Parts: sequence; structure tokens; C-alpha cells
Amino acid sequence: MKIIGRYFLFLLSLFVKREAFNTYVRLIIDECIKVGIDSIFIVAIISTFIGAVTAVQTAYNIVSPLIPNYVVSLVVRDMVLLELAPTITAIVFAGKVGSNIAGELGTMRISEQIDALEVMGINSSSFLVLPKIIACILMYPLLVILAAFLGVCGGYLAATLTGAMTPDEYIYGIRADFIEYNVTFGLIKSLVFAFLIASISSFTGYFTEGGALEVGRASTKAVTSSCIAILSADYLLAQLLL
Amino acid sequence: MIEIKNIIKDFNDSRVLFGIDGKFLPGQPNLIIGSSGTGKTVLLKCIVGLLSPDEGHVYYDQRDFHKAKKQEVREIRREIGMLFQGGALFDSKNVEQNVSFPLDQLTDMPKDEKLDRVNFVLKRVGLENVNKKMPSEISGGMKKRVGIARAIVNNSKYLFCDEPNSGLDPQTAIVIDHLIEEITEEYNITTIVVTHDMNSVMEIGEYVLFMYKGRKLWEGSKDEILHAEVNELQDFVYSNKLLKAVKAESR
Repeated sequence: MKIIGRYFLFLLSLFVKREAFNTYVRLIIDECIKVGIDSIFIVAIISTFIGAVTAVQTAYNIVSPLIPNYVVSLVVRDMVLLELAPTITAIVFAGKVGSNIAGELGTMRISEQIDALEVMGINSSSFLVLPKIIACILMYPLLVILAAFLGVCGGYLAATLTGAMTPDEYIYGIRADFIEYNVTFGLIKSLVFAFLIASISSFTGYFTEGGALEVGRASTKAVTSSCIAILSADYLLAQLLL
Repeated sequence: MIEIKNIIKDFNDSRVLFGIDGKFLPGQPNLIIGSSGTGKTVLLKCIVGLLSPDEGHVYYDQRDFHKAKKQEVREIRREIGMLFQGGALFDSKNVEQNVSFPLDQLTDMPKDEKLDRVNFVLKRVGLENVNKKMPSEISGGMKKRVGIARAIVNNSKYLFCDEPNSGLDPQTAIVIDHLIEEITEEYNITTIVVTHDMNSVMEIGEYVLFMYKGRKLWEGSKDEILHAEVNELQDFVYSNKLLKAVKAESR
């Protein structure tokens, strides 16, 4: 409970004694490139394969002749939009970006760079962490949109190239019974997950004490804590919003 | 001037600082010395505001730092420059960006003026043609000089140095000591140096405050330290074979 209280106090400190708005613009842009642009490749690879695997496994499970083939692509679409794109991408994002954030802040802590900022009268938590959180909130939903698109495309390639269904059947399936709210839900999840990953990883890194070993531990802890938070939030959001 | 009165600091029910007093004048290097674990860095952090003392006061030219309003604290902080033990240079910025950082964050100086100021202070600390180098590409001594440049670039009134010679060879250490002394005298800054290096004491120790197990045991100058009648101080000063030999020779 002490850690949770400290976490919320940390979040509050981000908004106290903020620096000038212009300061943050440049920092946010730099962070957007780091967390967003640099994550495109891994997100693309993972989402394409996840879509492909989902299509193959769904086709494998749907054996009844009473169920039309297009149901496979319908399932792929809904699974990707509701769960796989936001959540699996979040796990990967936590591993890549979360550990990076925690490691960077942890190293800054142990090498007294954060103390140097504090001595200059700069609110180090706001200066270092707020741009990261804003960048994650801006970029992660875009990555989820990309992941959803590539997931569906991956499913298309897998389903049609293996002969499980025809391209027309697949396209028909991804358009059938489409619920727009699923997209909204996926994006709401992505916003929540982005905030959790960025804030938890920053919190873990910012309060690192010790040496290189503790920085490594902070990185690992950031990933595991973020994953637990993501999965808990995933369930809560599903329960509340669906 | 910086004055500290009755600084007391506890960590987890264990007292680390026992009522430290001191007066640090401008225009001369003021040294806080003592062996490792004696509370020097904790005292420095209390003075600089990285830690809050449990009791006591820190006055920056009669302004009580820990009791001042947020705006006043912010103003005092903008007058402070600090050189950390490892330099604490920002890894993602090159030398020029590191030195320019206080100007970027704390002033509205135009870009050209900032660059002129950065080049001026880098030249003053004896570094030229290193503007575009990253911290990982420069030596330990150069990092310390960049740290000093960053600490003084915004016309600081107060300069703090935490073990400025750690990790440096004796010759470079003397260069850094003399640089701190020259800058202190030239700009009439109030400088506090935390060190356990007796060479630094003998080079620049105009005012020396000796700490032992969290207490101030002695204060004076480098001229008085060799003959001070405090056993713990004598053990500290003459723990070095060179000074022992000097003592034996003088007898």
C-alpha cells in the first residue's frame, strides 16, 4: 500500500512546479520518436503473426460444415480489435519501451543527473517523466491501430494462402456484423495501457537506489509491474465497458 | 555567504549529523573534510536542498533556505551551481548542450548570446573544440571541467563541489583544485568543496571544516591544520605517508 501511495504522490508531483510549455514540446517530440517510431517494426511483426496464427487456429477449430468460412475472419477481426492489438501489443510495448524508460531514469538517478536537475531548481519528475507519459499516450493508440490493421492483414494472408478460405470470404467476414464500439473499446484500452506502462516504468526507474544491479532490477520490475497492471486493467475495462 | 546553524539529520532513527554550525564566506574555497562515512555528503545535500535537515537552518545571504517560500527557494536554486562527484553530465546531450542547459531552462537569453557564454566558460575551464563531443567521449578530468563550466555558466553565486578530484590522477586533481580556486576568487562566489583529499586541503583550503562521525570537530585554515591539537584530525591528516614523512622531517 505504501508503494501505491508513493506512486500517486509521484503522479501528483508531475503537475506541480511545471516548466514552461515550450520546454515540453521539444521533449515530447523526442519521446514520440523514441517510443513510437522506433516501435513500429516490432509491433508490425508481432501483430502480423498474431493475426495469422489466430486465423489458422480459428480455422482449425471451426470444423462444423454448418458454420460458414467467413466466421473465421469475423473472429479474427473481433479478437484483434478487442484484445490482441491493444493487449498483446501492450505487453510487447512494456517490454521494449517500459524497460527502456526504467533503465534510462534509473541510470540518471544513480549517476546523479536527476539530482543535478533538482539543484538547478527544475522539477525533475515533471521534466523527465511527463513528456514520456504524454508521448506514450499519443503514440500507443496509433501503434494499436497499426497493429489491428496488420493483424487483420496477417490473418488474410494466412487464411487465404493456406486455402482455409477464399479472399472474398475473408473480406466478407471482416465486414459482417461489424460493431463500431469494438474500435472505441480497443482505443480506450490503448490509452489506459499507455498511461500505465509509462507511469509505472517511470516510477520504478525514478526511485532506483543503488548501482547498476539495481538499475537492471528496476527495468525488470517495470516490465513485470506494467504487465500485471495491464492485465488487471484489461479485465476491469472489459467488465465495465462491455 | 552561506551560514549553517545546528544542522541535525537522522536516517531511520539513526543520527547522521549532530548539530553542525559553519560560516562559508565568498571569494575563498571553503572545504568540508573528513573520512568516508562521516556525513560530509549528507551535510552538503542538506545545504543544497537535496535533503531537508530534521533541525537547523541554512542561510543563503540571510535567506533561510528550508523555511523560504517556493518562489524564493526557486530563486536561490537558480543562483546555485553544483559539481557532482561523477560529473552528472546528461548522457544524451553533447558538451555544448550540457553547459548550455541551465541557460536554456532558466533564462530567456537569445541563442547567439547563449553560445557565446557557453564558449566563454568552456574556454575559461580550459576546454576548446570539444563542444560537439558526447560525455562518453571525453576523459574524467574533462568531464569535471565541463561540470564546472555548467555550474558557473549562469553566473552562480554559490558553487558546490562534491569530491571534485575523485577518480583523477594527482596532476589533473591539482588543475581542478586551482580552477575551482581561481573561479571562486575571480567571481567572488561562495564555494563549498566536500573532499577527503588532503592534497586539496593543502592546495586551496582557506577555510576547512573537519567532520568526524557526524560532528564538527575542528575548523580553521590550511595553515593551522597541520598543528591543530585534535587527535582525530591529526589521525586524518597524517594517515598519508607523504605527510607523515613531512611531519617527521620537520621534527
